Amino acid sequence: MSAATFNVTLRVWRQAGPGQPGRFVEYAARGVNPDMSFLEMLDVVNDELTLRGEEPIAFAHDCREGICGTCSLTIDGKPHGPHGGVASCQTYMRSYKDGDTIVVEPFRARPFPVIKDLVTDRSAFDQIQQAGGFITARTGSAPDANANPIAKEVADLAMDAAQCIGCGACVAACKNSSAMLFVAAKVSHLGLLPQGQPERDRRVLAMVRTMDGLGFGGCTNQYECSAACPKLISHDFIARMNRDYAKAVFRAAFRPLPADAGGE
Amino acid sequence: MAQLNSRIPPGALSEKWRRHKADIRLVNPANKRKYEIIVVGAGLAGASAAATLSELGYRVSCFVFHDSPRRAHSIAAQGGINAAKNYQNDGDSVHRLFYDTVKGGDYRSREANVYRLAEVSVDIIDQCVAQGVPFAREYGGLLANRSFGGAQVSRTFYARGQTGQQLLLGAYSALSRAISAGGVQMHVHSEMLDLVIVGGHAKGIVVRDLVTGEVTRHSADAVVLATGGYGNVFNLSTYARGSNATAIWRAYKRGACFANPCFTQIHPTCIPVTGDYQSKLTLMSESLRNDGRIWVPKRKEDRLKPPGSIAEDDRDYYLERIYPSFGNLCPRDVASRAAKRVCDEGRGVGETGLGVYLDFSEAIGRLGEAAVRERYGNLFDIYHEITNENAYKVPMRIFPAVHYAMGGMWVDYNLMSNIPGLFVLGEANFSDHGANRLGASALMQGLADGYFVIPYTIGDYLATQKPGSRSAADAPEFAQAEENVRAITRRLLGVKGKSPVSDFHKRLGRILWQHCGMARNKAGLEKALREIPALRAEFWESVNVPGSAESLNQSLERAGRVADFLELGELLCRDALTREESCGCHFREEHQFPDGECKRDDANFAHVAAWEYAGEGVAPVRNVEPLVYEAVKMSVRNYK
Repeated sequence: MSAATFNVTLRVWRQAGPGQPGRFVEYAARGVNPDMSFLEMLDVVNDELTLRGEEPIAFAHDCREGICGTCSLTIDGKPHGPHGGVASCQTYMRSYKDGDTIVVEPFRARPFPVIKDLVTDRSAFDQIQQAGGFITARTGSAPDANANPIAKEVADLAMDAAQCIGCGACVAACKNSSAMLFVAAKVSHLGLLPQGQPERDRRVLAMVRTMDGLGFGGCTNQYECSAACPKLISHDFIARMNRDYAKAVFRAAFRPLPADAGGE
Repeated sequence: MAQLNSRIPPGALSEKWRRHKADIRLVNPANKRKYEIIVVGAGLAGASAAATLSELGYRVSCFVFHDSPRRAHSIAAQGGINAAKNYQNDGDSVHRLFYDTVKGGDYRSREANVYRLAEVSVDIIDQCVAQGVPFAREYGGLLANRSFGGAQVSRTFYARGQTGQQLLLGAYSALSRAISAGGVQMHVHSEMLDLVIVGGHAKGIVVRDLVTGEVTRHSADAVVLATGGYGNVFNLSTYARGSNATAIWRAYKRGACFANPCFTQIHPTCIPVTGDYQSKLTLMSESLRNDGRIWVPKRKEDRLKPPGSIAEDDRDYYLERIYPSFGNLCPRDVASRAAKRVCDEGRGVGETGLGVYLDFSEAIGRLGEAAVRERYGNLFDIYHEITNENAYKVPMRIFPAVHYAMGGMWVDYNLMSNIPGLFVLGEANFSDHGANRLGASALMQGLADGYFVIPYTIGDYLATQKPGSRSAADAPEFAQAEENVRAITRRLLGVKGKSPVSDFHKRLGRILWQHCGMARNKAGLEKALREIPALRAEFWESVNVPGSAESLNQSLERAGRVADFLELGELLCRDALTREESCGCHFREEHQFPDGECKRDDANFAHVAAWEYAGEGVAPVRNVEPLVYEAVKMSVRNYK
């Protein structure tokens, strides 16, 4: 189990608050155990900083099992670190060796302003969701759950999209700061299901327009997003969203949607 | 003494909820928008409550300490959600789910609440499917089910190993819709630090903005707490690091009774501890016990041998041996204690000796690796990330870890605490799981409370409150609560000692795990009751909280939560010491049958212990709500 401990040097982005200048500061992380998670290593460094009377490094984290989407470190230039398919909290120190220097930054994207050190404001994602990322299903009015069978393949594909944890790594990995993988995942999850059809056009139009309005860039098909995605959500969903969007625009041009209309 | 009136409706068990809904007071639609409701927390219970109350026309304000309501720890629930749909035609029914839950809880839950939970479980699945939750399906397109511990039917609905995530995203989408419609004011990064009581009723909260440090007051006609469980009092647990007891603890200190705090669930299948730096323990879903077989070597000498080299005859599949009818799917408390017992015998595996094998080789042989990957792939991946081991080739090593709190705020049938106007939902309350929760029932309860119970029952209270009568946030009670919050913050920052907060949290966790964990006894609990106050005193003398109160300060946040845990930990031990019986998770070594099973004392302890705060340095008052079983006969739980 536990191998010998080792030492690394961290170059960490420190920034006192929003809009303030930031800089890299070097810290030594000593006695690192290879079984530690990256965040546990930061915990230890922070306790040392506290004892030295310095302010600990602020970083976002919560579940520490890769599902809440809170943690958001750019490690050596890669959102969520060196490995594909995991979040920052699932990066373990066994990926590093004695003497390594590791650069730790927040997710970098204009729509995600830094709050402090490694913590960013990703509320733009919530705003996109609020624009239309839902199926209107008033509590108490649902039909029996088995009333509408859904082919397993369709449900599985919807689930592939639905596993998005809303971390924003896709945006941070994209040179355009595009949020299209995030939005496509949501649009596809709901748009694939029969329950999602009535609002399908309205949803994709509202979510894409909100995304654009918040300053996220466009997609230029580099697919850095799906490579950085901790759930490895496929960029194929972006193509699906683009088709959905085009159809919705086309339909709306000939048959403008009343405010409360459905898509078909 | 607090007045505990459970307000269980009269009539036959199966008629109570229907009659109650017909009998309780209503608020007319035009008046609903005149009521302001505060919901604290946006996990399954909070988000579903906020969304549904807003659909009804109430004005809702929702507060979370996270940066987004989608982050609540409900999101991490893996295995599934129970519902008495009987889609498998295997003999399930509302009554059977009710019975399994009462029995699973070792006859320490409230019968009427549990029956209602089982009744509305079927509506939850309908609601979630309508929202677009992508539950697993069979090739024919119908919903799939799996089995969970403590049940002999297949009633668990799931979305791969991410059921909690999908259900939470469903509730979050309903909440997002309500926010965009203007029905819910969402406050993120906002931690509730005090409850405001006006004229004996809960009428507001005081929150601190975790980014700016600003402290604000919020008044309302009713306050709903859906802030989750307090298992992080043990430091190491499967909870998220941010999960805390502060909201309910501060409500407790304002007079809300805390029920059965010693009922804390230790989950049998978690990845074992490796080192002192460890910040959390990771669950391996109970669903794995559908196909995984749990064993240790029969002989101590074999415990460090490679598992593959231990012959079949030299393995002890102890759950299958001791509990042949439930086997690996016996309830969590039973499975955890059995694991502890074999490790205490020196047969535990891994370097620390604190582990047992969860072995899939038989399932892989029977179903093929692809089928096992399809069912549990993401769990095998998580296991690999953490341990660097391939569980398709070698058995997983697992050990019990703190996972859930059955105890919580005392509530009546309406989910209202003993403070009028204060409602508590989900894991934060105590009512449905008794002394042990069955797997896949937490998601069920959170959504039942939020979607289908509180929307009815809160009206019964609000109808007694004149619209517009709530006091303004400049009332003296609000000022006093705000000053209380500021004083705690000043005090934490003012100690300027030499130990980081984490140090105290770890030490508290070790005391509780040792003396109030899987096995408890009088001497150990009395020792803990000496050690915890001493540790608390040391905290207030030597904790070091760097930084200021005027900006994002994660040390300060954690310090406040750990300060509360240092008080709650004592109450846990006090409750465990007073409950002189064994039941469910609460195993008092003095009270056991010769075979090591729990020995309940129904004559003296068939009741809820609801603790009432009596002031600093004063022993809390133990109130009692007797548990009366009308439909179920209390018996010795038997999973053999």
